[in-house]
Amino acid sequence: MGLSILFLVQTPPYKSENPKLALTHALAGPLTELHIDEEVKTTVAFVGDGVLNCLKDQKSMDHWDITSTEQHLRNLLLSDVPVMVCKEDLEKFGISKDRLVDATEMGAEISIEVVPFSEIQAKIDEATALMCF
Amino acid sequence: MGILTIGTFASLVGSMNLDFVVKLAATALDKGHEVNLWLSGNSTVLVNKDQKEFKDYSHPGVMLPELIDKGLKVVVCEACAMARGVPKEKAIDGVTYTSMDWYLAYGAKGDRLLHIGRE
Repeated sequence: MGLSILFLVQTPPYKSENPKLALTHALAGPLTELHIDEEVKTTVAFVGDGVLNCLKDQKSMDHWDITSTEQHLRNLLLSDVPVMVCKEDLEKFGISKDRLVDATEMGAEISIEVVPFSEIQAKIDEATALMCF
Repeated sequence: MGILTIGTFASLVGSMNLDFVVKLAATALDKGHEVNLWLSGNSTVLVNKDQKEFKDYSHPGVMLPELIDKGLKVVVCEACAMARGVPKEKAIDGVTYTSMDWYLAYGAKGDRLLHIGRE
């Protein structure tokens, strides 16, 4: 099995730089072959307050003149980086799947996967490394 | 001996995470391990060579030149550092500026990866 890193995002957007750092690092996975002889596969999973990063129609460019977390998420989806969000935590916030970021209209072939926490736990077990943000 | 990669994102002032990270790196080097230190986000300020040693603030950056001489590889996220006004010319000698793919590659490829301290 190849090298893989799971990025576990537990913090909400814009309160800190943590979620954005997770997403920008995860996007760098395909470039790892510049340094070592294999690509490091990355996956991003959102749990707890972190699921709030996945809400669509973010207005950070209007308010703060910065790229939104939504745009970073779209970049991940367009780059075929798997993105998972915890089903139970979405339910706690009353967030339905239709309110999540989507990039299919931009040409992405994958969407955010809403999964039970047990699936995220399984990904944690499988990964070569885990990074918590 | 093994290859240890430590990644950190914590603030230089306002948290003791970087203090811990630098001391951990020093200990691992002393034990003969190869140590990589990745700095991203607010932690990039650690390499600013103009930090003053005020006793009210932790100042682990002053240990870096000696640790680099001992073999510590210090690698900085260039975009994060530039966003904070710390270009390479303001950094301690021997520090490498590059992008995030370096951390993913050497973090996953080494014997151990320790990701310590969020912002």
